[in-house]
Amino acid sequence: MSSDLVDRVIKSKDISRNKRKLSGSGQFWLAFRYSALTILFIIAALPIYIMVVNSVKGITGVTQSAAFLPPTHLNFDAWGPTWKVLREPMQRTLFFVVQSSIISAIVGSINGFVFAKWRFKGSTFIFTLFLFGMFIPYQAIMIPLTQFNHWAGIGGTIYVLVVAHVIYGIPICTLIFRNYYAAIPNELIEAARVDGAGMVRIFRTIILPLSIPGFVVVLIWQFTSAWNDFLFAIFLTGGSPKLAVATTALNFITGSGNQVYYGNNMTASLIVSIPTLLVYMFLGRYFLRGLLSGSLKG
Amino acid sequence: MALTLSRKKRITNPWGGFFFVLPSIVAVLVFVYGMIGWTVKFSLSNRTNAWSKDNSFAGLKNYTGLLEDPEFTHAFGNLMKFTVVFMIGTLISGLIMSLLLEKGIRGEGFFRSIYLYPMAISFIAMGTSWRWLMDSARDDKGTGLNHLFHMAKLNILQNDWYSSENASMYAMALPAIWQMSGYVMALFLAGFRGIPDDLREAARVDGATEFKIYRHILFPQLKPTFLTVLIILGHISMKVFDLIYGISTKSYVTKVLAIYMWQVIFDFQNYAKGSAIAVVILVIIAIVVIPYLVYVNKTEEMK
Repeated sequence: MSSDLVDRVIKSKDISRNKRKLSGSGQFWLAFRYSALTILFIIAALPIYIMVVNSVKGITGVTQSAAFLPPTHLNFDAWGPTWKVLREPMQRTLFFVVQSSIISAIVGSINGFVFAKWRFKGSTFIFTLFLFGMFIPYQAIMIPLTQFNHWAGIGGTIYVLVVAHVIYGIPICTLIFRNYYAAIPNELIEAARVDGAGMVRIFRTIILPLSIPGFVVVLIWQFTSAWNDFLFAIFLTGGSPKLAVATTALNFITGSGNQVYYGNNMTASLIVSIPTLLVYMFLGRYFLRGLLSGSLKG
Repeated sequence: MALTLSRKKRITNPWGGFFFVLPSIVAVLVFVYGMIGWTVKFSLSNRTNAWSKDNSFAGLKNYTGLLEDPEFTHAFGNLMKFTVVFMIGTLISGLIMSLLLEKGIRGEGFFRSIYLYPMAISFIAMGTSWRWLMDSARDDKGTGLNHLFHMAKLNILQNDWYSSENASMYAMALPAIWQMSGYVMALFLAGFRGIPDDLREAARVDGATEFKIYRHILFPQLKPTFLTVLIILGHISMKVFDLIYGISTKSYVTKVLAIYMWQVIFDFQNYAKGSAIAVVILVIIAIVVIPYLVYVNKTEEMK
């Protein structure tokens, strides 16, 4: 269902190319559309533009009057010290994000298959119970979760974040895979069943090989949301420097009295954004698919 | 077809699927519903400071206390202001983006990816840019937007942004609109492109103007999309935390429920009150989202 959504968003690009005989008013509207799109483009790009140009002006080289302008010469002075502070938290983030994303994808794929193709009595109701978990404010589970972590003996380790992202990722990962599998024709499964294959075997031999795009969607979805997460990170690690992750370390740099060093702050923000930006640049289509799947309805 | 299929399923393995999702069911029941219950229990207890482990029942005391707490009503009012501006602003700008793109235009892919990238970046990071853009210093000392307005001789547009006493939440809605517009655009694009072209063609043949086609044919078809967009924006708005924390941390003028809750838990160690605030956020979301989920559930079953 939702995988069609993305194709819909992306497809009609080509259609437009062949209708291009424009009247006067048609030309006016085309010019109007491009002007409006360009204005929106400038607004959308402005914050990241500022980050990029001011990260190459040195630590103190960001002046008020020139901050909107490109640098006169490239100065990477701010990058070294900033990276030194961020390296360890970013490695730590990568460490837990990779684990939580992989586990989430496996769990999501199994759940999605059951809810799409192997329903049982009450499965729709249970699926709805799952979905509600997507909407809850995590503040409403944060205090008991902290206590659970202590009880389970993982308090004060990075595994608190693996557990949090896997568990609270169940609803969205299940939903993405369920929508993905719903698009696979039932006849395919029927045919395999007639040949005597059980559901587990069907999942392994027919569904899993077809699942690679679904896995990419869920992996980059979980990667992006866990990398960018701040709420779980700050609640569950209590701001401890030993457990600093990308966002909490960045907040430590930019948040307090250092606000004056904009060169420094912009560089740090850019460094922390690079991994998710790269994923977006190269796998944007899958990111969009995750976003649209998360919207429940098409 | 669906019927025959499910009958066959029953014959082969009625509960097989259930066992494979059982671990997730247990996890969701314990970590979502169980922990919500636990938070509710905290909110009804006397555990109001770091030293007491007093979990005795306090009734609704913590909730009635919130109503008399000026910080809470202030944060609640802020959240409502933010929500209204954020929802309307994002809906309109996302809709405009999709209207500009929906018929297809050269370079569409480029514009689309630029409009959507803010969704991929953490607000702790983007907060740095936005804090600088919305700095309250003016004229010669101004930075960011105020500096830009000063240069363009549009001094009247200079303002205090998120530091302003009355308009802080409206300023705070700008980065939120900036972040979510692309998402709304994508949802509307998917909606527009799900409508068969024949419908437009037929109306055009009948002599309907473009405006009328949108008004009477396309928009009515997009009702489910509008509903989805409102639900998504609404629940995100109620929970807003990173965005505000990234820009102004715990500043009084931009305090919302999620920020106040964080403060009550970590700075004042008042678990009972913090839990009560969390439950308030949850209830507001549940009132809107549960009927929506029931509705989605019903339409799914009809398919």
